Amino acid sequence: MLLSASFTPGRKSTITISELHNFLEIVALSISVSLAATAAATAISFPVGTALAIFPFPGRRVVVVLINAFFGLPPVVIGLVLYLALSRSGPLGSLALLFTPTAMVIAQTILAIPIITALVHRASERAWARYGDELAIDGATRLQAIPQILMIIRAELVTAVLAGFGRTVSEVGAVILVGGNIRGLTRTMTTAIALQTSEGDLSLALALGAVLVGISVSVSATVFALAGRARTAGNDEV
Amino acid sequence: MIKFRNVLALFATLAAINASSATEQSIVLASTTSVEASGLLANILPQFTAKSGITVNVVAQGTGKALDTARRGDADLLLVHDPEAEQHFMDEGHGSTRRQIAWNDFIIVGPSADPAHVKGGNDSVAALKAIASAQAPFVSRGDKSGTNAAELRLWKLAGQTPDALKEKWYRDIGGGMGQALNAASAMEAYTLSDRGTWLSFKNKGSLTVAIEGDPRLINRYDVIELNPRKHAGAKLAAAKVFADWLVSSEGQQAIGAYQMHGQKLFNPSANSPK
Repeated sequence: MLLSASFTPGRKSTITISELHNFLEIVALSISVSLAATAAATAISFPVGTALAIFPFPGRRVVVVLINAFFGLPPVVIGLVLYLALSRSGPLGSLALLFTPTAMVIAQTILAIPIITALVHRASERAWARYGDELAIDGATRLQAIPQILMIIRAELVTAVLAGFGRTVSEVGAVILVGGNIRGLTRTMTTAIALQTSEGDLSLALALGAVLVGISVSVSATVFALAGRARTAGNDEV
Repeated sequence: MIKFRNVLALFATLAAINASSATEQSIVLASTTSVEASGLLANILPQFTAKSGITVNVVAQGTGKALDTARRGDADLLLVHDPEAEQHFMDEGHGSTRRQIAWNDFIIVGPSADPAHVKGGNDSVAALKAIASAQAPFVSRGDKSGTNAAELRLWKLAGQTPDALKEKWYRDIGGGMGQALNAASAMEAYTLSDRGTWLSFKNKGSLTVAIEGDPRLINRYDVIELNPRKHAGAKLAAAKVFADWLVSSEGQQAIGAYQMHGQKLFNPSANSPK
């Protein structure tokens, strides 16, 4: 893998090269699964979040409340429902996706969609209130306004995507059920920490925990910093 | 534009992830936490894969859950250790062949202070009676695993039916062997463990072996192939290759050669089942 290639062997250390390889493989898998899930969720949430702000329809308020309510969807329940759906004896069993990285991507996508959609919707609502009339005067239909609104709120979009990524990369309940925590295939940082703790190998669990906390904290810090800049930028435009 | 690029990135990532798993043949082995946590599978699987080209993806669960996973059709092969539950599984017609591959033993571990005064004996049933009458803390797996089933059989022999809801000293944690050992270590409690997980466990704290060597503490590991009539979707041919390897002289040697801290963890027994 790419990451392990950058390691220079031969240096004395307390862990072996194969252990380091496993470690990096776990980190790389975690990140790529979460990136894929975030990308999938983004592709869905951007247009949906903005459309919810632009198109009035009966029950829109209910949909918005629901999406915000799903912010805190319990991952383990998503995992369980998806497990039953993807099981060979379940409705989607013929796809043979259970215990694969793809199953984990699907689970994380479901978890990230409400977060990204809700954040995009909030920003779109503000932008639409401010610029909606102008866009209409320019002759843009509501559908054509979607990309323009997204362009206006691009700073908030970054925040939304990072928030979605932060949710997916730190999640354990859903991926351990649908991924199965298979060594070298579906073992992510969070499931590996759960396993190593259960093996009493607390130092390795802590090392992985430190990497995970590092990633999660830097993502959150970036979100916070960008959110601050986005607010400032928004005020400047007024 | 942003959206389009993201969709492209998604497909690229998905393709990259799937490419690594789709190129070679693989089976899902539903197995117990003990063979995974003891390091046995991590040690012998590379030897098998190098020879056969088949990757074995291990989903480590308690025996009860592993059998359920296979019942639902989500596993290709089983490696488990609960004779009664296995027999039930075979009677239901889910399995085709069931072969013993190895055995080791269960042990009762407990705090070095030994509040129930059971340390050093080999009578597991008498020890449980003593633990119950002393109301010394006891951690139960409570997860329908093979070890949990063995524990409940021993309690029955001891004439006790500890109820986690009524007895404060009996603590049902609903977790794997390692979690139970972590809990026992933190609570200064007794628990039943398989020897493999115990030897490889790294957070023992004040826990030491209290009871060992009771013939009732034998722990048998069986490989079970699935019935093609019930599980047509499973990769039974590749699963058979692995099952046959486990009982072959090469597989048996690999199992017997695995050691932890100079101690043999599993005794190969395909030729002379215990």
